[in-house]
Parts: sequence; structure tokens; C-alpha cells
Amino acid sequence: MPEPLMRYLIWPLVKFLVAFIVVQVIVAAMNWIERRLLGLMQARLGPNRVGREFGIPWGLAQIIADPIKFILKEDIVPSSSEKVAYFLGPMLPLIPAFLVFCLIPYGPPPTFVVTHVNVGLLLILALTSTGVYGIILGGWASNNKYSLMGGLRSAAQMVSYEVPFGLSIVGVLMLCGSFDLVRIINYQADHIWNLFPQLIAAFIFLVAMNAENNRTPFDLPEAESELVAGYHTEYSAMKFAFFMLAEYSSMIVNCCLMVSLFFGGWTLAINGYGLTTGALRSMGLAGGILGALIFITKVMVFMLMYIWFRATFPRFRFDQLMDLGWKWMIPLALANIAVTAIVVLLGQELNFQGEVVLSIAGAAIIAFTLYLLLRPRAKVIHARRVSEA
Amino acid sequence: MVSMFDVHEMEVNFGPQHPSTHGVLRVILKIDGERIVDAKPIIGYLHRGTEKLFENMSYPMCIPHTDRMDYVASATNNLGFVETVEKLMGITKQIPRRAQLMRVMLSELQRISSHLLWLATHAIDIGAMTPFFYCFREREQVLDLFEEYCGARLTLNCMRIGGMPDDLPPDWLDGVEKFVDKFEAAVDEYESLLTNNRIWKKRTVGIGVISPEDAIDWGITGPPLRGSGVEWDLRRAQPYECYPELQFEIPIGKNGDTYDRYLVRMEEMRQSNWILKQCIPLVKATPAGDIKAKISKVVRPPEGEVYHSIESPKGELGYYIVADGKTQMAYRCHVRPPSFVNLQALPAMAKGHLVSDLVALIGTIDIVLGEVDR
Repeated sequence: MPEPLMRYLIWPLVKFLVAFIVVQVIVAAMNWIERRLLGLMQARLGPNRVGREFGIPWGLAQIIADPIKFILKEDIVPSSSEKVAYFLGPMLPLIPAFLVFCLIPYGPPPTFVVTHVNVGLLLILALTSTGVYGIILGGWASNNKYSLMGGLRSAAQMVSYEVPFGLSIVGVLMLCGSFDLVRIINYQADHIWNLFPQLIAAFIFLVAMNAENNRTPFDLPEAESELVAGYHTEYSAMKFAFFMLAEYSSMIVNCCLMVSLFFGGWTLAINGYGLTTGALRSMGLAGGILGALIFITKVMVFMLMYIWFRATFPRFRFDQLMDLGWKWMIPLALANIAVTAIVVLLGQELNFQGEVVLSIAGAAIIAFTLYLLLRPRAKVIHARRVSEA
Repeated sequence: MVSMFDVHEMEVNFGPQHPSTHGVLRVILKIDGERIVDAKPIIGYLHRGTEKLFENMSYPMCIPHTDRMDYVASATNNLGFVETVEKLMGITKQIPRRAQLMRVMLSELQRISSHLLWLATHAIDIGAMTPFFYCFREREQVLDLFEEYCGARLTLNCMRIGGMPDDLPPDWLDGVEKFVDKFEAAVDEYESLLTNNRIWKKRTVGIGVISPEDAIDWGITGPPLRGSGVEWDLRRAQPYECYPELQFEIPIGKNGDTYDRYLVRMEEMRQSNWILKQCIPLVKATPAGDIKAKISKVVRPPEGEVYHSIESPKGELGYYIVADGKTQMAYRCHVRPPSFVNLQALPAMAKGHLVSDLVALIGTIDIVLGEVDR
């Protein structure tokens, strides 16, 4: 086989397939993990039975049972729906959600990077933002008022939060000077996790990624108690599963981005000491696998955070969500860009390291937040009693 | 006014099959975008003609039917009915003290379980998933206590005209004591999840404000009335059973919004817990087995009419009975259910709010459709 064909087609395809399968297994497992973990947090058990007959412990067979159920269920198409759009609805979000997986570096290059694109980040942003079309289309095509409202909410929400989502990355780009995720990760291994110099950006990114994925407390498009099930009210069987697959896939994508942008990707190093890309490479394949494991562990931490949020928060109201997005997140993101730009420029002019200054500020904010969280709590508010009134 | 855009209001059927209408309430919503222009509750999907049924069965036979009105608080329904008949027969004073205390204990346990169910559903309507399971954990213990006493968990049928059906099981009071000791901490746990939660406050503060005057004009009773700052609790205002000798406080709100009603109900659970604590030694001091007044087995009240009301978890639960003095059946029995009256305020409360607020409002009124439709 000619070398270019191997290099540009076969290898990327094989790598993509491996990454794809690993991610889909994680998606399927996430369903079980989420339900079990929510169960733990909510004083109940969660699914712990399926597979007991075959000696599979902890209800792990749920992971297989769920897809089988989705495939075997009746696929109901409402008679008054717009058939073509109704079909396209669940498919459209899947395409970008799957495609993005060939742009994410899972471990040290070249083996663990599917396609090394120098504007990878930009491409990922462009692809993920198309996911909303399927939801709008599905919501509209169902010919159901609740679905329509879910679709509209989702459109407004995703468009609004796309802005702080994108803006929060700009600070990172200014520090690292590249759209290339591999270079961003290497930069962090050589300096410090971007979490510290870009703390506010990381926070905005965390909130915006929750909103992007329609997860609690921003799960308005599918708000169960208000819109029944929102945009996927009329969907059943595998079509519903596609929506879910897309949602969980894009959750993983966003977690991968979070880890790559702010938490050093597959590296575990500071100021060039520790498990940098070079150090991992010198270990050969074992180093690569170690890097990938570090990456997956970090991603899972953020996936668990999604679940933790879901168990903790009530749901925002629609106008409050918009307020938060436009009046707080976007100005905050813009301010972060301005401050970062000024410090970086001043650093170049006056010969000091901008990110050190920013890191100290970030660490100070973290310390202050921890103090606020750990100090003795304010007294619980009580209703007035008659004797006090 | 000529508008640049052609504005349509969308009409949405909110219920009767909807996850957060708490049963079969149907609200016809006119919405402009997400803003509610008009909300019109439609009731009657659970109408069973209970009041008519009462005219065709003897008084003791009515008691199980009262269970099925407010089916999450059947003990207080029983209490209201048997007290009304007792008042009609003029035997209120003859009820043994032990029976009175048992009635108070059962209704306070019922108040706790009803409020727990309210909190669970209210929280899950607003999107907080976890309090639901925490509340059901404690509610289960209350239901276990009910089961131990009368064999049923929801439809208790646990009171009789003139007293109680059975004496307490041997270890029942110890079970209550165990529950009461732990419950205060459980309420603190729910509060730690919600009371100071910023999102919870955003969703409840200033939502569905009822002024004290409006609340009185509409005839609203129970926690919604107290949330508006009116100190009115029938346990104090028209004392029945042995409430006068028990100590408890009436929590009241300040602004009359959803958050205040939430705080009032949380505090009411604590107060009920306190009442239970006081009852345990009092019951222990009474002679066992003395649970029935010495009255004829055949309940035939003299001719007359009577209205009597008690403080159910949801507000003033009143029964109006007309007896003809000849038969063992009521000539007419009317029920004044608190949910039905409180629900009237929904359209006025909902106007101008968003669709998301409607579920908070339905939750905060705390309706049970079995009681609304009867």
C-alpha cells in the first residue's frame, strides 16, 4: 500500500474507529454510572439487578440491556408530524458529535492523535455548534406544542451560551498562541495548567458547557416538569436513543475540551517537570497509554461533575438563564479577555511573565472561594413565628 | 394598537396528563411566548360524587370515603368527619382523653407526611431532584407507623365516631419517639439543599404573591394564608381535641410569595414534630384501652345541621351535615375542601408569570385533586 494512503487515510480511520468505539462504550457506561451515582447521592440503589443471572455484578449488564431495549421498542411516528424533518431531527446532532472525536488528541502525538489539524479548536467549535439544528428541527417537526417550546428554548439557550463558550477560550489562545490543541497542551505542561492564569475563563467554560449540553441546572429544553420531555416528547425507541447518544457524546467532547484547554490534557507536569509529552514519548507505547489513561481519568472527573450538578441544583427559569448568559457570563468573559490581553502585552513590553501574574491572581481567587465555602455557615432562615412577630 | 408583527397567543393544554399538575388538573394556558396571558383551571376529572354517596350510607360507612378525598392526608379527613358527627350528636365532651391524644398524634403525623409529599413534588417540579428521595425516605417511616396502627398506609380509615377503632400496638409509641428524634435533623437536611440555594430562591422569591387582604377575600386557608402573614390556624382559633393544652407556634410569612409558603411549611413540620414529642408522655399517662365513648352502636344523630372545620395540612377542612333525625344517613353532607378554595387563586397568581412559574405555583398551593373534585 502506498505510504501516503496509509498515512492520510487508513491510519486515521483505524484510530478514529478505536477512539469512536472507546467513547461509545464510555457513553453507554455513563448511563449506568449516572444512574448508580445518582442513586448513591439520593439514598437509593439505582440499577443493580440486570445480569445477575449470568453472574455479572452490580447490574453492569444494564449497559447492554439499554441499547437492546431501545432497538426493540416500537418506533412511533406521529401521524401529523413533518416526516422528513422528524427523521432528520435525531440524526443531525449525531454527525458533529461523532465527527469531533477525530479532532481531539487523546494522548501524546502522533499515535494517539487521530488527525492533527492546526486549527483543531476552531473546527471543534464550529462542529459542536451545529448540534442544535437537530434539536430545533425535531422539536418543530413533532407538531407538538411542548416539543416546539423545547426546541425554541434550546435554540435560544445554545445560541446565547455559544458566545461565552467561545469567548472564554480566547484568553487561552492568547496565552498559548495557537488553535492547535496539541500545542495548547504542551504549553500547559511547560508552564502551568491554564486553570490558574485563566481561572475565570475556566469557570465560564464550565457553566457554558453545562448550558450547551442542556444539563441541570440548565436543562430547560427538556424540563420534565414543565414541558413533559421538551423536544424529544414524541420520539421513541432508537430515535430517542440517538438524541441521548448525541447529548452524552457532546458531554464527553466538552469534557475533553475542558481537560485539554484548562487541565493539561494528557500531561501531568508543571513548568516542564513531570509527565510532559516528551517524558511520555520516551517511554514508548506504554507512555502513550499512560497519557491516554491520564486524559480519560481527567475527563471522567468532569463527567462525574455533571452528575453531581444534576443531583444538587434546581432548574433555572428561562429569563433567568438568559440574564445569566447575557448580563453576567458575556461581560465577564470580555473582561477576562481584556485583562489577559493587557497583562500579556505588558509582560512582553516590560519583560515579565504575564501568566505568572495571572496565575497568582487565579490562585488568590481559588483561596478566597475556598475560604467562603469553608467558613461557618450563615444561620438557616426560618419562617417568623408568631411569638417573634 | 397596530403592531409591526402579527402576534399570536398560543393556547396550550397543561394537563390533565402532565407530570406536574399533581393528578388530573387541567389548565388551559394562553401564552405569549413563555409569558402566561391567561390560565384557566378546569377541574372535575376525578369527580366521584362523594357528597351524594354520603347521603346513601350510614355515618360509619362514610369514613372510608373521606379517606379518598385528600388521599395523601386521610387521617385529618377522618378527624374532620368524625368530629362533625360527634358535634351533631353532642358527644364531643365524652371522647376519652387517650382517644383524643391518639387523634392528635395521627393527624400531626399525617401533617408531616403530607408536607413531605408536598416538598418532594414541589422541589422536583422546580428541578431539584434529590429532595424528592430524601422526603420519601422519611415519609416511608411515617407510613410504616400508620401501617402498624391500622394496617393501611394511605387510606387509613383510622377513626370512629365516638373514639378510635383500636388501642395503640404495644411498641408504637417507641416507634414514634424514634422517628421524632431523628426528624428534626432530616428537615435540616432538606433545608440545607434548598433554603439558601440561589437558584431555589430565584425560582420562588416574588413568585405568586398574595396580599393578606386578597388571601382573606378569596377564602384561602392553611399555609398559603399564613405565608401571606395572616395568623390563622384553626388549631388555635377554634381549638378542637386537646390542642389547647399543647404548645406549638404558628409560623407566618412576610411577603406572601412562594418562598414564604415554603418556609412556613418547613416550620410547620418542625412544630408538628414538637407536638408529637409532647404527646408521647401524655398518652403514656392515660389508661390503656380507654379509647371509646360509651355511645349506642347505632349512630343516629338528632335532627339538625352542623358545620365543623379542622386544620388539615392544606387548610380549613370543613364538613357541613344536615341530619333528619329519622334515618342513620345524612340528609345532606357538604365538604369544604381547602385545595378547592385555594386553587381559585391560581389564575390571578399565574398571570404575567412564565410557564416555568406555573408549575411552581401549582406546587405551592399544594392541591390534591381527589379533594378538589370529590
